[in-house]
Parts: sequence; C-alpha cells; structure tokens
Amino acid sequence: MRRGNIIKLVVLVLLVAAAVGLSIKPLVDPVGGIPLGLDLRGGVHLVLQAEQDKDGTAITKDDIDKAKAIIENRVNDLGVSEPIVQADYNKERIIVDLAGVTDPDKAVDILKTTAKLTFKDPQGNVVLQGEDLKDAKAGQSQSQQGYVVNLTFSSEGAKKFGDITTQLIGQRIGVYLDEDLLTNPTVNTPILNGQAEITGYSTLEEAAGDAVLMRSGSLPVSLSIAEKRQVGASLGVDSLNKSIHAGIYSLIFIFLFMLIYYRLPGVVADFSLIVYALIVLWAFWGFRVVLTLPGIAGFVLSIGMAVDFNIIIYERVKEEIRAGKSIRAGVESGFSRAFITVIDAHVTTLIAAITLYLLGSGSVKGFALTLGIGIIVSLFTAITFTRQVLRWTVGINPKMKTFWFGVRGDV
Amino acid sequence: MTKTGHSATYEEVQKLHPLYFNIVKKRLWWFAISLLIIIPGIISLFMQGLNLGIDYTGGTMLDLTFNKAVTQSAVSDTLKSVGLEGSTVQLSNNDTTALIRTEALEESKRSELLNALGTQVGEYDKASLKEDKVGPAMGQELTRNAIYALIIAMGMMIIYITFRFQFVFAVSAILALLHDVFVVVGIFSLFQWEIDATFVAAVLTIVGYSINDTVIIFDRIRENEPKMKRSDSYEDMVDKSIWQTMRRSINTVVTVLIALLALFILGGESTRMFTLAMLIGVFSGAYSSIFIASQILVEIKKRIKKPRRGGKEAVRA
Repeated sequence: MRRGNIIKLVVLVLLVAAAVGLSIKPLVDPVGGIPLGLDLRGGVHLVLQAEQDKDGTAITKDDIDKAKAIIENRVNDLGVSEPIVQADYNKERIIVDLAGVTDPDKAVDILKTTAKLTFKDPQGNVVLQGEDLKDAKAGQSQSQQGYVVNLTFSSEGAKKFGDITTQLIGQRIGVYLDEDLLTNPTVNTPILNGQAEITGYSTLEEAAGDAVLMRSGSLPVSLSIAEKRQVGASLGVDSLNKSIHAGIYSLIFIFLFMLIYYRLPGVVADFSLIVYALIVLWAFWGFRVVLTLPGIAGFVLSIGMAVDFNIIIYERVKEEIRAGKSIRAGVESGFSRAFITVIDAHVTTLIAAITLYLLGSGSVKGFALTLGIGIIVSLFTAITFTRQVLRWTVGINPKMKTFWFGVRGDV
Repeated sequence: MTKTGHSATYEEVQKLHPLYFNIVKKRLWWFAISLLIIIPGIISLFMQGLNLGIDYTGGTMLDLTFNKAVTQSAVSDTLKSVGLEGSTVQLSNNDTTALIRTEALEESKRSELLNALGTQVGEYDKASLKEDKVGPAMGQELTRNAIYALIIAMGMMIIYITFRFQFVFAVSAILALLHDVFVVVGIFSLFQWEIDATFVAAVLTIVGYSINDTVIIFDRIRENEPKMKRSDSYEDMVDKSIWQTMRRSINTVVTVLIALLALFILGGESTRMFTLAMLIGVFSGAYSSIFIASQILVEIKKRIKKPRRGGKEAVRA
C-alpha cells in the first residue's frame, strides 16, 4: 500500500514533468502555438462601417458579403498569418484583425481604398468599368464541361461591351479588381445582348469566388473606419514580456504561500496548479483562443479561483480533522463538502462569464472566454487530479501527523 | 460519517481565531464604513462624472515614442499647425513618449499629423507606435452593451442563487456586488482616473469575484442554518459561519491580490488601469462578502417574519 502509493506519486510527478517539458515548444511556437492577439505582437484591428451612398438605398446582407469578399481578398494579398475578417450584418460592419502585420499603415491604406472593377483591352486601356456591370453569377456551363460566370450588363454597358467584343475578337479582355487580374477570357464572338459568359472554371467555388468579386466591383457601399487599434510590433512584444514576467512572479509567490501555509497539501496544490495551467493552455491551443491582454487577465483570475478551490478544500479538511476525523476520512469528507461549496461559486461566476461572452464585444469576449475555460478546467482538475493525488499522499502513511496538514495538535 | 468528534461549536470557532470579534453585532459600523466610501463616490459621480477615455467619447489616441526628448510646446504647436487645437498632449518617460488625444481623425488627417510630427518635432519609432481610433458611436455602444450584459448577468445570478439558496441570499449577494461596483466606479470618479475599454472588463471581473466570494460564505450559512437549535440566534449562526470561512477568505484574497499586484507593478502601462480597478474591486469584494453581504442577510432575515428554524428552506447540505 505504502510503497505502491509512493511509486504512483513518483511516476505521476515524472509524467507531469515530461508533459510540461514536451508542451512548452508546441504551445509557444509562433506558427502553430497559441495565437497571440495584436496587442501582444503588434498589428491592427479595424472595424469598418458600411455607409449608405447619397441616394439612400438600404444596405443589404449581400452588400456586406461583397465587401467582406473584397476585404478578404486584399487581406490575403498582405500575406498576414491567420487574418480574421468577420461580417456583422446587424450593424453593417466588417471587422478585420491583422496580428503580426509588419507595416500596419500600409495595410490600412490597402484595405480602405475602394475596390474598382475594370475591363481592359490587351494594351491595358480601360474599356469598361464596374458600374456598367449589373450582375455576375456563377453557374454550370450550358455548352461545354466546367463552370462559368454569367455576366449581365446594364443597357449602356451592353452597348459598350458589344462594341468592344466586336473590335477585340480573338483577343483577350482582362478583368481587373483594382490592380489584380481576376481572369482574362478570350473573345469568341461579338456579344451584343449584354449577356456574357466567362468559361473555363473547373469548380463552382472558383467561379463563385470570381463572381462575388466582379459583383463587388459595382459595390454601392463605402466603408469608413469606425474603430482602429494599432499596436507597433515592438510595443506588443514588450507588453507580452512584461505580462509573462508578472505571471512568473505571481506564480512563485502563490506557490510559496501555499507551501508555507498548507505544508503537505500545499505541495499537492502547487502540483495541481501546474497540471491546471497545462490543461488550460492546451485548451487555449485546442480552441485557437487568441490570447490578448484582457485574456491573460481572465486567465490570472481563473488561477486565483483554482487556488481558492484548493484553499477551500484544505481549510475544510482541517476542520474535519479538528472535528475528530482521521486524516483519511477528513480528506474524503472535506473534499466532498468543499466541492458542493465550490460548485455554486464556480457556476455563478461561469454564468457571468458566459453572459459576457455572448453579449460582450472584443476585449470583453476574450476575457470572458479565458475565464470560462479556466473555471471549467479548475473544476475538472480538482475532481480528477487533486483528489486522487491527495488520496495517494494520505495513503502513504494514514497515521501521519496532523501537523503536515497545518492542524495544530492542541485544537 | 465518522462517529468520533463533532462539528465545531460557536465557542470553539471563536477560540480558534486569536483575533476573534463579533462581526455581526458591529454590522452598523460596517455599513457606515462602506457608506463613507460610496457616498463621496456617488456625489463625485454627479458632480464631476467619470474621466471617460476615447473608448467612450470617440477620438484618436496616439502613443508615440520619439528617438530623443521632445517638448510639450513643440508637440502642441505641431498639432495646432495641422488644425487640431483642441487636442491634449501628455509627455512621459523622460519626455520621449507623447500621448496625444484628438478628435477621431480620418486616415488622411492622421497621416498629415504623423508626418508633421516626424518633421517638426523629431523622429519617432514606428515599431512602438500605438494608436486607438474610436468613432463616437462605438463608445456609447460599448457602454450600453456592457450595462446590458451586466444586468442580464445579475438577473441570471439571482435566479441561480435563488434556486440553490434562497431569494433573500440572492438579494443580499447582488446588493454586495453593487456595493463593489459603486466602490470602484466611485473611486475612479473621485480621483478622475481615466476609464478605457478595459475598465468594463475589470468591473465585470469584480462582479465575478465578488459573487464567488460571497457564495462561499453563504454556502456555510446554508449549511449551518438547519443545524440551529431553538436557543440559537440567527446573528450568532451567521457570525460563526463567517469565522469558519475566515481563513479561506483571507488566504484567497491574499493570493489573488498577490497576482494582481505583480501585474500592476510589472505588467506594463497598457494594463495598469485595468489591474488598479481589479485591485480595488477584489479588495472591496472580499470586504463586502464578510462585512456587507452576510450583514444585509441578517438585517433582512430579522425584518421578515421569524423563519421557522431550518425547516423547508434547508436546501441540501
């Protein structure tokens, strides 16, 4: 019994040590590790508000989709890793997060210019503009295999397009979005009815992608910057280092405090906290939680709650021992009782975290997410890990002095 | 469970704590202390309001680090030269860092300003530039959302606590929570500390901490209440419960304060106000759990009809 428990504990300590050692690299890896928010590695956060044009036509969901498609296209050109582009249909906004972008100024410049669709002849002269295009839809080709984009021109556009296609027969017309060539189909026959078909797409997605961008060329919404948060790269790194620094110091203090105050269970608590932190970080990694400064604060608070959980357990165990129970019975009933206590406290806080996550925005959301994950992992670690380790520890010598649990003999 | 021993009596609990004093009996004092902090805060809120940052009022905030020390007037003059008279400038870090607040700037205006600063004031480090621009409508939206979220969260918590405890407990807990919110908001108003977007997150954290802390003590009251004998007073039972959880209350707040203090001192400028709000809030949260929440509970219980001891309200122990 005794030796068995010691072996189990030693094996467990070694396993956890190995897990910590093996986890560091994948977790902090700049590419595959926990993604860092722009406040920690520099970058820019933009909220682009769609604004109605002068004639006051309402902005539709489709408009937002078009705008989003353009922005996404441009963002991808910037070569930023893991860019985030979201559409908020209710508020008619597009939210762009570019973490780790080297030149935020340039990125903003590129994003805020309005997209312009043009048709150019082989010499590069603009022969037709986006305004002349009424619609562009992806579909299956009627005449041959593959997929097509069907273009519908306005009456004026149809006339112009008829002229161009008569002139440029056998040549290529380039379709450009700003300066990017989307496609350059060859003119087979003059198209006079305003209905053109661009063939040669192998998948429907490909055709649909281009169709969206072509439709976007005649986009009626203009976007203004409603919110912009820009953090220089070195400033972000500085904040990250400072936070890590602060985190390490607070952990050392907490560890020492638990050790001195709770002695043997303090060791178990510190050990549990390491396991706890490891699970939380892996959870962040698994859910691709973007870690921001408020997110770190949520994490710190959840560490506080995990420590609280341990404190509640050991205080309760002490009480049970004082009430005359053996250490082992004290651990069992103390843990069960503490669990009821903690469950209510944790659930209440979790309710707050979930509400914030659902209703909050931006930084509040990031904070609520890390706090929520932290609370759930705290419960999980306590039930599965702390309890078992405590049992094994007590099992080493059930007659150990109550001193080791911080209970004075006289009470 | 085991037959040996018994759960601690009130006297034993008192003996266990060398600094024991009757907290419940002195409850009017605790209310007075809290009001002493909250009332000036509320007066200040009405008189001078809060020092709202650009996150709420809308505007542009630029944080530039120049390569060498600059002067306040050089920066102000440059702002004036591009037509931004109403802006404020704050220098720090041996006059190398300038914090500039202006109205919300269009991109073209912003570039004009940055160019002017670069040529007229001095070279600045692009990699450490921090910029926040918030349109006027966004700030109001954030506050509205946060207040809305807070009210919903409180409603949900009241439902949960009523379900797990009693309605009276829920009311007391929420009042203690509002106490903490008012303490923090009041102090920020009194000292006119700037409130930015993270303040909302801080207040909401405090709400979480305060509730967590209060529920732990209420749990003990819930456990002790059905064990009351006919001769026991509700006051004594609550006092006993508070002292039984005192070690935990103190140790937890100490560890959380340690973590926050480390963040406050070492965590850098961008989180400083956030951690400051949390420090005050956590302290207030711990205080209110012990000295306010349970005392409000006692006051309400005294005023409503004498509850038949334990009885139907004993939620499972």
